[in-house]
Amino acid sequence: MSIPATEGAPQEVRPRQAGYRGTKVRRQRVRAAWTFLAPMLFALALVAGWPLLRTFYFSFTDASLSDTTGALFIGFENYLVYDDGAWYGLLTDPVWWRSVWNTLFFSVVSVSLEVVFGIIVALLLNAEFKGRMLVRAAVLIPWAIPTIVSAKMWAWMLNDQFGIINHLLMALGIIDSPIPWTASATYSMWAVIMVDVWKTIPFVALLVLAALQMLPKDCYEAAEVDGIHPVKVFFRVTLPLITPALLVAVIFRLLDALRVFDVIYVLTSNSTSTMTMSIYARQQLVEFQDVGYGSAASTMLFLIIALATVIYLYLGRRQLGVDQ
Amino acid sequence: MNQYQLIKLAKRVGLYALIAVVMVYAIFPFYYAVITSLKPSSELFRVDFWLSSLDFTNYVQIFTQKSFVRAIVNSIVVSLSVVFIALLLGITASYALGRVRFRGRTTVMLVILGVSMFPQVAVLSGLFEVIRSLNLYNNPGGLILSYTIFTLPFTVWVLTTFMRQLPMELEEAAIMDGATPWVTITKVFLPLMWPAMATTGLLAFIAAWNEFLFALTFTLTDSQRTVPVAIALISGGSQHELPWGPIMAASVTVTVPLVVLVMIFQRRIVSGLTAGAVKG
Repeated sequence: MSIPATEGAPQEVRPRQAGYRGTKVRRQRVRAAWTFLAPMLFALALVAGWPLLRTFYFSFTDASLSDTTGALFIGFENYLVYDDGAWYGLLTDPVWWRSVWNTLFFSVVSVSLEVVFGIIVALLLNAEFKGRMLVRAAVLIPWAIPTIVSAKMWAWMLNDQFGIINHLLMALGIIDSPIPWTASATYSMWAVIMVDVWKTIPFVALLVLAALQMLPKDCYEAAEVDGIHPVKVFFRVTLPLITPALLVAVIFRLLDALRVFDVIYVLTSNSTSTMTMSIYARQQLVEFQDVGYGSAASTMLFLIIALATVIYLYLGRRQLGVDQ
Repeated sequence: MNQYQLIKLAKRVGLYALIAVVMVYAIFPFYYAVITSLKPSSELFRVDFWLSSLDFTNYVQIFTQKSFVRAIVNSIVVSLSVVFIALLLGITASYALGRVRFRGRTTVMLVILGVSMFPQVAVLSGLFEVIRSLNLYNNPGGLILSYTIFTLPFTVWVLTTFMRQLPMELEEAAIMDGATPWVTITKVFLPLMWPAMATTGLLAFIAAWNEFLFALTFTLTDSQRTVPVAIALISGGSQHELPWGPIMAASVTVTVPLVVLVMIFQRRIVSGLTAGAVKG
């Protein structure tokens, strides 16, 4: 789960009244603040900070899953090493580069589709009609269903012999023979994207809907009086106004998509045609027990996501600066 | 009927048609899982769009399986403990971050934001070592510990946003009366924070209930697994003989509580998910 879209850096607390600063009460409050923060910071250090440092360290060792303490330091050998006339290591592994490509392809395509359909659903939910609350609740259902369960539900619907999707497509005469959705190299990536898009449209739609509901009514009234076409109004007025919220949704979805694991693992297991960076790293770590090499892959993934985060924070700051 | 009314009517019909499409798209996979789970295995491979039978064999089969019942219990224990810990640590931390001005506050907030962006797989090997050294491998305790990595940052962040919106006067009155910060939290803020805590608690519960990667990696035996892993590992004789009936029954069983929660707390969930998104 990611932090919900809160834009950029936190706001400043309102300034305190004069004369309050430096008093005994204030010192007591600051001390209490750190006391209250300590358990949370300790917990985060234990489950996030320290393990991350260990992962970095492991990526420079030959650690194996059964014995992580007696690992030898081997420098960059997990990443890249020249040995006996040939290059070895993560950066020369075609399967790794395939999984990098798969991750990027999956992220860009699924997030783009989610944004387009998310906006359409949000516009729909923003319209006035009877039973709006019911529809809004129904649209939330895919979001609440565990990823594993939605992957299994879709795997059943996409089943090559008995699946309802092949059945429908054949009944409509669109295809002649059943498509092996999850097994074929051509279709499996699209099957995965289809499931992910289905599951995450609600998240994007809700963020966009929240932005839509904050829009001022008067410019729409003005546009209507002037007889401007609704499509033009959408592209000229609505879209620019919801862009900040859209940007937040895109970044959060993108960061989520870059670390995708469960939906792909359940739908297509370790098949190379859909393998992502997370799946590659876990396979090396757990199934091949090669903690050193797997950690190198994890570190690469972390660096890619960290880069995306830094860009986001930078843009978020700038965005705030422009608004104020 | 004049032309204007006709256009208006057409627009109305178009709107409702589109809504119907979206509804079917959102609900159909779950609906199809429900009707599949209620079929006897002999009829499983015939495609039906409507409920054709009311056969509970699949449900009987999964509920008489000890490991599945055990997995449900594990999931409940893990999710509730995670929510409890996240709220306990979150409410105190959010008081510090939301109400007190001190040096390093922004840094702490940035650290929290950063942790929430961690790819889980990046801490997998390090966390594996921590869990094994604490003797929590293949134990729900290990999952409770590891789930704080994604529930805690989120909880702290949202609670801080809510905490900040509470009026200053309340706290000033408490300070005038000589209340310590701890008393201020428990007596003044806690009663006002219940709605926010319900929202974040609910979101943390759903996240913990659905988690897969850690649960798959940090548990080994059937008796220690959580439901998502149990469902993912249900298998038949071979890849092409998956027991779809029981898989769908299990899927429906773990999803129904979530769907009910979403229906009841729809507003809260939406406000939690979008907290701060449009306020800037």
